[in-house]
Amino acid sequence: MENRIYLDNAAASRTDPEVVRAMLPYFDEIYAVASSQFSHTPGILAREALDRSREILARRIAASPEEILFTSGGTESNNLAVKGAAWAARGGKKHLVCSKIEHPSVLHSCQWLEKQGFGLTTVRVDGEGFVDLDHLEKSIRPDTLLVSIQHGNQEVGTIQPLDRIAGICRKKGALLHTDASFSFTQADLDLSVIPADLVTLSAHRIHGPKGIGALYVRKGTPIEKMMHGGYHEYNLRSGTENVAGAVGFARAVELSGARETARIRALQRRLFERLAAAVDDFRINGPEDMESRLPGNVNVSFDRVEGESVVLHLDMKGISVITGSACFSRSLEPSAVMMAMGFSHERAHGSIRFTLSRFNTEEEMDRTAESSRDVVEALRKISPLSK
Amino acid sequence: MALPYSEKVLDHFLHPHNVGKMKDADALATEGSPACGDMVKLYLKVDEKSRVIQDIKFESYGCASNIATGSVITELAKGKTLDEAKKINWKAANEELGGLPSVKVHCAVLAVDALRTAIENYEHSHGLNKEKIPTTEDIVMKRLSRVINPIAGLDVVKTGLVKEVRVGQGDVTVWVDLPEDHQFANNLRSEIIERIEPLWDVQRVTVTFTGA
Repeated sequence: MENRIYLDNAAASRTDPEVVRAMLPYFDEIYAVASSQFSHTPGILAREALDRSREILARRIAASPEEILFTSGGTESNNLAVKGAAWAARGGKKHLVCSKIEHPSVLHSCQWLEKQGFGLTTVRVDGEGFVDLDHLEKSIRPDTLLVSIQHGNQEVGTIQPLDRIAGICRKKGALLHTDASFSFTQADLDLSVIPADLVTLSAHRIHGPKGIGALYVRKGTPIEKMMHGGYHEYNLRSGTENVAGAVGFARAVELSGARETARIRALQRRLFERLAAAVDDFRINGPEDMESRLPGNVNVSFDRVEGESVVLHLDMKGISVITGSACFSRSLEPSAVMMAMGFSHERAHGSIRFTLSRFNTEEEMDRTAESSRDVVEALRKISPLSK
Repeated sequence: MALPYSEKVLDHFLHPHNVGKMKDADALATEGSPACGDMVKLYLKVDEKSRVIQDIKFESYGCASNIATGSVITELAKGKTLDEAKKINWKAANEELGGLPSVKVHCAVLAVDALRTAIENYEHSHGLNKEKIPTTEDIVMKRLSRVINPIAGLDVVKTGLVKEVRVGQGDVTVWVDLPEDHQFANNLRSEIIERIEPLWDVQRVTVTFTGA
């Protein structure tokens, strides 16, 4: 695995060795349950580590520590936000709004609630993945309890204009949940400026460990507990706290900053430029304007070739990427995000997602572009779609 | 570490045999489409007297299984008579490749279909074809036996996925024992329609999902 070029960081990224180092004492030294300040010393030490971690996360998004709940990850946070808000509103408002390109943990939670008697409207997106704001505004009804619109898209990297979305929600009196799993620390999110009520955060895409995430719950937001048990996490999420995970998550947040993001941006620019110089006939999927695109996301469709073949060829050359092709998916259907963006099946089948991290190098970007050219040229030579 | 493909599949995928176009082909066939994610075009050069396949070429827009099967099937067919080549089925190709992942068999079948269709087309153009006969339930079933159940990797008839077929005045209805919201339902519906619609006297194909 030594020379492997890993470009699937939006799925999971390398846990930073410094993060691992920060976590280790919480396995075999301070392993007590994080308990109240009136408990024994190890329990208090664990509690203090958990609280410090909470503060670090809160500070990054301009929130208070009491507004941060630790969960098992982005999927749980999204489930708790959507179902918890809906359950809290039962007997009152009963309508939900989300975009068509949400992560399945939001989309399927909304669809499940629909089966329980809630109403659901899914909002259209344009060809670059931006939510149609007029359609959003028209979709919010007097009985809409929650709008869930992601911050950055998992596949094509579109960063939604959250300030405008939050403005619309405030005006219409609906709560706003945003899934920031793919954007946290990579795109600005200042909750003292943007009045979102619920925000999902995730650790393992920013070099933190898997199995830990967080949900921001603005003070006073009505939300019903979904995981029942003991009194943990302000009584909104039961279960023994994952102290080591929280410590690792916080360390990952500390290690990510403007300098790291700028570095990833530069790699992104370089890969786009090198691909443009090396390969003919491809289209950029997602925003052309890099400012509206997650820094680590490069997604393109190579005409006349099928993505799974590209993925396998690149894998054999030591480069890890994924595709939105039907052949690659478990459902044998092309990317739902790309279908919602109005892409042809062919464009989705030929799409390749490269997602970068600060551990990648310029040289890796150059090699990736060269290998992509070789693979695409070889496949085009045997393609019946080539003239 | 285990890739889902055998070494043989990977070898044919990386170095496919008999690829490219054929300018003076005696027959050709295209199966699949860019929309469905896989497409194969196959060309034949046949000796008129002996009906031996002298040359065969294929082109592929598709995944690894599709490319590897195209490579292997053209190797198997080369030098055979049309009647011998007709007997090559996906099972033979699958065996030759050392087994494909079941979920990928439907991609591989396209290459086999392209070979059969190319032979049929050759027979039509050389006056070897049979008469047009009206579509019956049996003919539909026979066509459906070329649609692969992606769960089992075997055809939808043999695996009992197709519950019933009715044919009447150009309308064909197929009942499939799968929940409508199953992950493979949409894919299966379009595959069934694509397979039955080309029959000369069929106007409309309806696929109904009956599973709970």
